[in-house]
Amino acid sequence: MNETLFPHVVDSINLNTASASTYAGDIDNLIVIVAIIVMAWFFAALGLFLYFVVRFRAKPGQKAMYIDGYNPLHKRWITYPHNAVLLFDVIILVLAVRVWNHVKIDMPEKPDMTVEVVAQRWAWTFTHPGTDGQPGTKDDIKTADELHVKLGDTVRWNGTSRDVLHSFSVPAFRMKQDVIPGRINSGWFKTKEAGTFDIQCTEICGIGHGVMRARIVVDTPEQHAAWIAANSPK
Amino acid sequence: MSSTATAHHDHDHGHDGHGHHEEQNFFLKYFWSTDHKIIAQQYMWTGIAMALIGGFLAYAFRMQLAFPGKFIPGYGYMSSLEYNAAVTNHGTIMIFWFAMPVLIAAFGNLLIPLMIGCDDMVFPRINRLSYQVFLLSSIILIASFFVEGGAFNGAWTAYPPLSANGEYNMAGMGSTMWVVAVALEFVAFLLGGINFIVTTMSSRAPGMRMWDVPIVVWMIVVASILFMASVGPLIAGAVMLVFDQNFGTFFFNPQRGGDPVLWQHLFWFFGHPEVYVVLLPAMGMSGEIIATFSRKKLFAYKTLLYTVFATGIISFFVWAHHQFIAGIDPRMANVFTVTTLIISVPIAEMCFLYIATLYGGAIRLTVPMLWGLAFVAEFLLGGVTGIFLGASGADIYFHDTYFVVAHFHYTFIPIAIIGFFMGFTYWFPKMYGKMLDETIGKIHFWITILGFNMIFIPLFFTGMWGDHRRIYNYGHFPELVKNEIMQDLRIMATVGLLIMLSAQVLFVINLIKTAMSKQENPGPNPYKANTLEWAAPSPPGHGNFAEMPTVYRGPYEYSHPDREDDYWPQHLPPDDASSKKADGEKADEKADDKKH
Repeated sequence: MNETLFPHVVDSINLNTASASTYAGDIDNLIVIVAIIVMAWFFAALGLFLYFVVRFRAKPGQKAMYIDGYNPLHKRWITYPHNAVLLFDVIILVLAVRVWNHVKIDMPEKPDMTVEVVAQRWAWTFTHPGTDGQPGTKDDIKTADELHVKLGDTVRWNGTSRDVLHSFSVPAFRMKQDVIPGRINSGWFKTKEAGTFDIQCTEICGIGHGVMRARIVVDTPEQHAAWIAANSPK
Repeated sequence: MSSTATAHHDHDHGHDGHGHHEEQNFFLKYFWSTDHKIIAQQYMWTGIAMALIGGFLAYAFRMQLAFPGKFIPGYGYMSSLEYNAAVTNHGTIMIFWFAMPVLIAAFGNLLIPLMIGCDDMVFPRINRLSYQVFLLSSIILIASFFVEGGAFNGAWTAYPPLSANGEYNMAGMGSTMWVVAVALEFVAFLLGGINFIVTTMSSRAPGMRMWDVPIVVWMIVVASILFMASVGPLIAGAVMLVFDQNFGTFFFNPQRGGDPVLWQHLFWFFGHPEVYVVLLPAMGMSGEIIATFSRKKLFAYKTLLYTVFATGIISFFVWAHHQFIAGIDPRMANVFTVTTLIISVPIAEMCFLYIATLYGGAIRLTVPMLWGLAFVAEFLLGGVTGIFLGASGADIYFHDTYFVVAHFHYTFIPIAIIGFFMGFTYWFPKMYGKMLDETIGKIHFWITILGFNMIFIPLFFTGMWGDHRRIYNYGHFPELVKNEIMQDLRIMATVGLLIMLSAQVLFVINLIKTAMSKQENPGPNPYKANTLEWAAPSPPGHGNFAEMPTVYRGPYEYSHPDREDDYWPQHLPPDDASSKKADGEKADEKADDKKH
């Protein structure tokens, strides 16, 4: 499935990595839409500002205008942009909340795979469900700093931390969620591109924060089956 | 109440064994003073000294980022833990020991009594205590660099469990000293804030109504109220954190039933209003300067004031936008997205009102005006890039990246650095009775602005392309070293910082040149401005005004059609001879009617 929340104009805003989850494009294009709106405002306001500064430089013998700003004829130059800002805020709000709800609230009810993610200073441990697809059974595959998922799978993850706060971030998926000791935080993604991507800890976690990385490997179905076969506990 | 202030004052000096007009010895005058102007100077120069430390830390970690693992001239080699300590204390110092003391405490102290026309703060000895507590907090913070384990390294937000446990942050003593210093510093600003609010409410010159108070004074008062209302939870949190660190409690320790996210709420409930606490004074100074040098009345003064109130109120309902991905209930994020986008409206409106003020002006691009205008221009970019982060869906990706770093530096550098320079250059003649050199000032301005933009425009891009914060060496992340342009941009930012820092030499040269020069005193009102501080001598003596002023009109009556001069000081009686009309009093009343 490649359905999107709204029409897209760009493929990826990240120079360094792919747009490898189904919702990455939604987030990128939300950012692009926000960028178009706010940059238009920024350049319009800055342009007008600079124009006024140049146009109304002091000239000898010429007095400035006396405008108190309360005359409705003058005040509308503030009121109209004020209302326009409000309107654009609503547009941004609607799109942002749609994306947010899709990514963070509407968890998949029947994911193809559920992984457990445990962060500790300064490594990631992943528990894959193994051949039976069920977590918490004997054939679970535990790995450190490498997470394997199958291309096209909808993956749900439940994460926690053993010590301090960490953040489970996969830039290629545009996914990020803090993990907290004593709690379980969940997230999901659906992969749409095979490859190996960075997992980065994005919450400061002490002296090793700068080396706390892992890799996520999105395998084709054949590769994934081979990996499971090779790594299943005997 | 004004007389009460005077009484306090006289009593105070009587106690020291000095008559009101006798020369005090150096120590009493500069270190034990209750004079608001001296306390302002104390805050300002302590703040500048702290900014030099903060700037040096920025230099050290930007060098490490541009040339990872290489020797840093003037610093040495930087370890990962030192890097974390450097970014932590850079943030802490620049916000709490530079922006706050300079913008609120120094300019608040300097400007409020002068601009509302009274002789001193209402509680001068509380004011003196405020600076002394602040100085103590600065000493504790600096001392924390030299204890075992070094300075605190858990980021300026100090999220537990990292900050709560010396085993995790490896700087147990340093982190306790950090929390204590921050809490003491808040006590200092609470003492100062009380003075600002009470003085403005009760000691205004006769005739000065609330609508006649200069906008910068209003903004400092609103900022003080925001600070006062928001800081309680954080001081409570700081006490709990110190207990967690040292006495085995577990307010924030989940293994024993505590909750680390609680701290984030306490911190950001203070932390977001804090942004507006430092923004408002800078915004206000910019307004004063723009009105003076465009010879224009501020566009819709009352509307501006309402936007300040609106910003202040809404700022209490946006804090969790710092915590979108921190593990709060995701449905709450939607509420905070709404409030965050709403706060863009009053802030945008402030900028519109300033731009509208420029319309039809007679603009003179003096050095203070350049800083005042640069504040608006640069803050615009900081403001609009905040929308990306307030929009929850986009924040999932941008959270904790360099995009955030670039965004808040585009707000904090206009506020703190540009704000300091605009206030300092504008009121320099008032403080010291001399004029700074305009040519050096302009070169200093342009190089600083160039350096500033060269640092942070590249960081918007590295952030968008995945650089996340507080990493001492990106070499460990395969995606972040794939493209050489990433490192080029990091180097460009560092070069920008070097340019910005070295430009400050010009500022020092300007100060020395001005101090050495034998120029004549420019007189009380070199800019032909309206507000009351320009009625006092430069520099104002003890008690500020030779003759206590009475106020007859609002602060921005520039280029009034009934007057030949393009300014009309607040304290000039309406029958002043230079007024064109004989019945000046009536004209004044008419002007007032129009205004209300």
